[in-house]
Amino acid sequence: MASDLVLFFFLAVIAIATAASVILSRNAVYSAVFLVLNLATVAFFYILLYASFIAMIQLAVYAGAIVVLFLFVIMLLGADRGESGGTLPWQRPLAIGLGVLLVGLLFYLFVAAGPFPAPAASDLPPGFGGPEAVGSLLFADYVIPLEVTSVLLLAAMVGAVVLTRAERKEK
Amino acid sequence: MNVPVMYVIGLASVVFTIGVVGVLIRRNAIVAFMSVELMLNASNLALIAFARSIPGGDGHVIVFFVIAVAAAEVAVGLALIVDIFKLRHSIDVDEMSSLKG
Repeated sequence: MASDLVLFFFLAVIAIATAASVILSRNAVYSAVFLVLNLATVAFFYILLYASFIAMIQLAVYAGAIVVLFLFVIMLLGADRGESGGTLPWQRPLAIGLGVLLVGLLFYLFVAAGPFPAPAASDLPPGFGGPEAVGSLLFADYVIPLEVTSVLLLAAMVGAVVLTRAERKEK
Repeated sequence: MNVPVMYVIGLASVVFTIGVVGVLIRRNAIVAFMSVELMLNASNLALIAFARSIPGGDGHVIVFFVIAVAAAEVAVGLALIVDIFKLRHSIDVDEMSSLKG
């Protein structure tokens, strides 16, 4: 129990520090690299919460594909410069104040909702969260949402191609 | 891991709020977009923690769908950012004000 708590707080500090670095880095490339670290730390949490399949998906799709796409666009646009000071001087203090309010409200709600007792690890069904368990749910109970997702991904791909193609000459 | 589910939910709340603040204070559209990813990621973490509390596996399936939709969203969103950059040579969100009345 004690060693679990130490591991949890160690990873939690890394997750919060990398998340804060994503939004505080001046250079967008640094933000993307800190985002990879944050996503990898969350993948650790998934493994610790017995969601091994989702952890692998997280690493492959998020840290692998999505962040590479971000880095590619940053390099393509050369957008890794600083940014303007902004037009509203009170925006940052207000945003931080509202953020503190939001986290306080979320803590209050979740503490009020109860301690969420979790079964002991030995009581979990064998293979809980593994590829076989998630896959059999996906292809039995959730087969229609799965097909809808494939259509959505196709639509996104067509949309990205249409949005970024070179303009044709008007006749 | 024998840590109370509550602690993981608390961590997810903090990371989600950092994402919200990031969207509010950053003017670089790409970094604001990364903050949206942080928020999605924090909500996924909360879902996985609740799935640990209520075993059944449905939480894992929902997170799978969220990740798939996030991938689609990033593809279209970054295409939009590239398009805006081609038009205005800037991705500063304060300069995207042509719809202002």
